[in-house]
Amino acid sequence: MTGIALGGGFSHPPEQAARAFRAVLEAVSRPGTIWTVEGAVPPAPLTVAAGTVLLTLADGTAPVHLAGDADCQPVRDWITFHIGAPLVGAEGAMFAVGRWQDLLPLGRFHPGDPDYPDRAATLIVLMNDLTNAGARLTGPGIKDAARLSLPEIAAFQRNAVQFPLGLDFIFTAGDRVAALPRSTKVEGAACM
Amino acid sequence: MYVAVKGGERAIDNAHAWLAEERRGDPGVAELGVAQIREQLALAVNRVMAEGSLFDPDLAALAIKQARGDLIEAVFLIRAYRTTLPRLGASNPVDTGAMAVDRRVSATFKDLPGGQILGPTFDYTHRLLDFKLAAEAAVPEAATAPALAGPVPHVTGFLNRDGLIEGAERSDATPPDLTREPMELPADRALRLQAITRGDEGFVLSMAYSTQRGYGRTHAFVGELRIGRVAVEMDIPELGFAIEIGEVELTECETVNQFKGSKTEPPQFTRGYGLVFGQSERKAIAMSLVDRALRWKELGEDDTGAPAQDEEFVLMHCDNIQATGFLEHIKLPHYVDFQSELELVRRLRAEAMAVQEAAE
Amino acid sequence: MTDQAYNFAYLDEQTKRMIRRAILKGLAVPGYQVPFASREMPMPYGWGTGGVQVTAACLTPEDVLKVIDQGADDTTNAVSIRKFFQRTAGVRVTESTGEASVIQTRHRIPEAPLREGQILVYQVPIPEPLRFLEPREAETRKMHELEEYGLMHVKLYEDIARHGEIATSYAYPVKVEGRYVMDPSPIPKFDNPKLGDCPAIQLFGAGREQRIYAVPPYTQVVSLDFDDHPFVASKAPHDCDLCGADESYLDEVIIDDAGGRMFVCSDTDFCAGRQAAGHRGRLSPAEVV
Repeated sequence: MTGIALGGGFSHPPEQAARAFRAVLEAVSRPGTIWTVEGAVPPAPLTVAAGTVLLTLADGTAPVHLAGDADCQPVRDWITFHIGAPLVGAEGAMFAVGRWQDLLPLGRFHPGDPDYPDRAATLIVLMNDLTNAGARLTGPGIKDAARLSLPEIAAFQRNAVQFPLGLDFIFTAGDRVAALPRSTKVEGAACM
Repeated sequence: MYVAVKGGERAIDNAHAWLAEERRGDPGVAELGVAQIREQLALAVNRVMAEGSLFDPDLAALAIKQARGDLIEAVFLIRAYRTTLPRLGASNPVDTGAMAVDRRVSATFKDLPGGQILGPTFDYTHRLLDFKLAAEAAVPEAATAPALAGPVPHVTGFLNRDGLIEGAERSDATPPDLTREPMELPADRALRLQAITRGDEGFVLSMAYSTQRGYGRTHAFVGELRIGRVAVEMDIPELGFAIEIGEVELTECETVNQFKGSKTEPPQFTRGYGLVFGQSERKAIAMSLVDRALRWKELGEDDTGAPAQDEEFVLMHCDNIQATGFLEHIKLPHYVDFQSELELVRRLRAEAMAVQEAAE
Repeated sequence: MTDQAYNFAYLDEQTKRMIRRAILKGLAVPGYQVPFASREMPMPYGWGTGGVQVTAACLTPEDVLKVIDQGADDTTNAVSIRKFFQRTAGVRVTESTGEASVIQTRHRIPEAPLREGQILVYQVPIPEPLRFLEPREAETRKMHELEEYGLMHVKLYEDIARHGEIATSYAYPVKVEGRYVMDPSPIPKFDNPKLGDCPAIQLFGAGREQRIYAVPPYTQVVSLDFDDHPFVASKAPHDCDLCGADESYLDEVIIDDAGGRMFVCSDTDFCAGRQAAGHRGRLSPAEVV
């Protein structure tokens, strides 16, 4: 195991995880809003935010799927050492991490069961940038409308149609985080 | 002039101080030691360990002392403590066939390999108050016999050899754990057994009794009841083999129930199973009856609508910590809900009376 | 300040992660009850263990916590829960609704409007709105899956046939975003209109029943009713006898054994605030001394 794997975790787990969770809680509660998180210094290509979200939410009982170049030895080692989550294929994942194009097609991930829609996967998307521009979001958590620089539109529209089934998304860029739960309706032009 | 009730915090502190005083009782009487409870009220300790799901006689004795002898309160203390303990690993399944038995009786065979051992039982004591105990008399020493050499085979094993009883399939699957995952229904047998072994002794007893009286009757014989100590072993990955980490006392009951046959299976006896921490004989027998009653579906029996056949009813109501918490919470303030009911009843009555008056 | 023998906010980190995951899924499917492996807490089931676990999973060291029971900060169980978090999380506490960032409540929504940045955590005894119509979990789960809420409408309609109105005065069922029927916990139906379009995050914890559910901010929450019998948020037809408020939910207090009674705000912070601002009710002393 490399030196990278041993470093980059929380130095004060209870407090750091609590603050990071609050940011994610706000992000999921208010789709489109952008929050900052800190605490993790994961190996590339994981963002600070993606690493922090994983440290906050994943553990030995929450299987993680690594997609594309996120599926590299340093990231595997880091997750194994700090989180202990089983690394699995897309089908069995509770969390998946990767760039947007590497996460496609979304049909591989579990959208929940009709009687247990909570059993759906959460996808943590690695982005270069995250801004309040682009797609128009409406739905629970949004006062009138919000905008977020989503990587595309159609996939999220297809996802929302399945409600109450569907995937939930957490977007990360650097130390910034935003979310798009399945309950959000997405319209308008994509950017990026 | 009305002043809103204040001082909840002081009231709580005062109540707790009074409780501590009451717990101690008359200071002129010697204080009860935890070791005394552990040694002399061992069956209470056993019950607290079984329903608390934690094998630690010292902690259970402490909980009984702290709870002033209220065993459900003591179970609650143990459960709340248990939750805070880190989970370091899981043991291997214990081998009750290798149990060092203190007691072992079978109701189905007069004699059998390993013998019938009455052990330290209340059975056949005449329930006459023994006033000698009030006088703290010395106890005459009990006779001893050499320990049994080798394992004591299970009665159901003898029946199994002839195919007279249903097989118990071996499985290395990790059983579910209702203390770590939310209960999901329908439950499998392992989950049911876990719920029942933690369940309230009184509840499980009454459920079992109801099956005997015809509410989901299963015609049970105690094939075997054994009490004793078993080794607890754990695999240590670094060592590559299992080591013994301790010993627990268990009561195990296997019932042999009336045979059942089908077109594909010739008639054979079926099983009920009970396994409980400590010397907890009543609970283990009751557990095996309830287990058997709950198996009606897999054995192709009729649902007679008996409470003991109703998995959701049994599993959702057998836990006395859940039950006592919810039961007793109705003494908490409910004046907001009550107020809304008061207004509703007043309004409905006023309307009803207006209608009545108009009719007259 | 904090009790070093226990982790921050009492629960171990693994338990908090499990609860946090459940909360996020609850927010993603508003009104749906997420099963979670509720832990045995050092207070009895039925006394707020679900709310306490949700609060413990949400608290940060910077939070300001308010705990109310029946709208009041000084009821004994509210005092007990507040003390628990002071001891195990070392957070600041307050009785002011405006100052609080996390509010744990039993049976009330505060009178003062909530704002963004606040979390309201409800203690829930029976999370399943269909439970008293169908006791079996396996059945009610299927009813939610298939959106089969006819049984609930039949029950409400039977009320109207018998009493001339819907005879449910608290824990009045609501429909969230047109999909899940949800139990709002035993708040008086007077509070129901505050559930919808609320700027704060609303989280619901049922410990004994092992369920967490959520209503995100600005979410549509509709109290079930019929066109010819619309929902009415009722309260006692009085003003507060201490602060004169005519729009707050009131507790009735018996003051003698000759039928004397008075009505006072159930929200003690709201009432005290109004009195401090000079508002007076029927039985207020002439001047505050």
